[in-house]
Amino acid sequence: MKMTQQDYQHMSDLASPKTKSYQTIPMAFLIGGLICTIGQALTNLYTHLGLSEKDAALTTSISLIFLSALLTGLKVYDNIAKYAGAGTLVPITGFANAVVSPALEFKSEGYVLGLGAKMFIIAGPVIVYGTLASVLYGLILFLFKLY
Amino acid sequence: MDYLKAFLVGGAICAIGQILIDYTKMTPARILVSFVVAGVLLGALGLYQPLVDFAGAGASVPLTGFGNLLAKGVQEAVQEKGLLGALTGGLTSAAGGVTASILFGFLVALIFRPGDKA
Repeated sequence: MKMTQQDYQHMSDLASPKTKSYQTIPMAFLIGGLICTIGQALTNLYTHLGLSEKDAALTTSISLIFLSALLTGLKVYDNIAKYAGAGTLVPITGFANAVVSPALEFKSEGYVLGLGAKMFIIAGPVIVYGTLASVLYGLILFLFKLY
Repeated sequence: MDYLKAFLVGGAICAIGQILIDYTKMTPARILVSFVVAGVLLGALGLYQPLVDFAGAGASVPLTGFGNLLAKGVQEAVQEKGLLGALTGGLTSAAGGVTASILFGFLVALIFRPGDKA
């Protein structure tokens, strides 16, 4: 059977389940909003305990990263992610999940090239392009004396 | 009130991510990269900080907030150290989050067993 790439794409589109955006988008909104609300509760708690605004935000991030790592280890996070989509991906907890999940998965390939390297398979590019963007911004600030 | 604002703004940012997944076939890795870079850009243009001031964790918890943090870090570092700050500012402000991810990621990978996600 001969087919072009377009034919194949068409067949694959017909065979794959349709994305139900009327479900996925509200779910992402709900779960993502919920994670941010938990973040707000933590921020209020840390501010109440006397941390500065900046430190409270950082401690909130670290707490959420810890919770996400733990829930990933317990296989809970990925089960929520199945329904939440971007709701669990876009918050900082999604970044932590992207670090922990491959680290755990590839532990069997050793501690250096397995756990150590695969930990950054998704987080690596995020750090690379985030840092590059920040350097570019820094250069612009410096060159045009915008600071 | 601050909980409602965090919920609505945070939820809206995540919904934008879901729209991108549903309609552009972007992979999750590309979404993460785009959101952080978008956060740096919006932070650089001074557009993101007002959102953080309004919505608190609703704007700082999503990865765009992480990008905004990088932009803020560079801004402060360039002010302080000039050109050298352009190289140190970003990662310095990201250090807490990145190091926490490495530490907890390592510990969890050490303690738990890999297995079915179901």
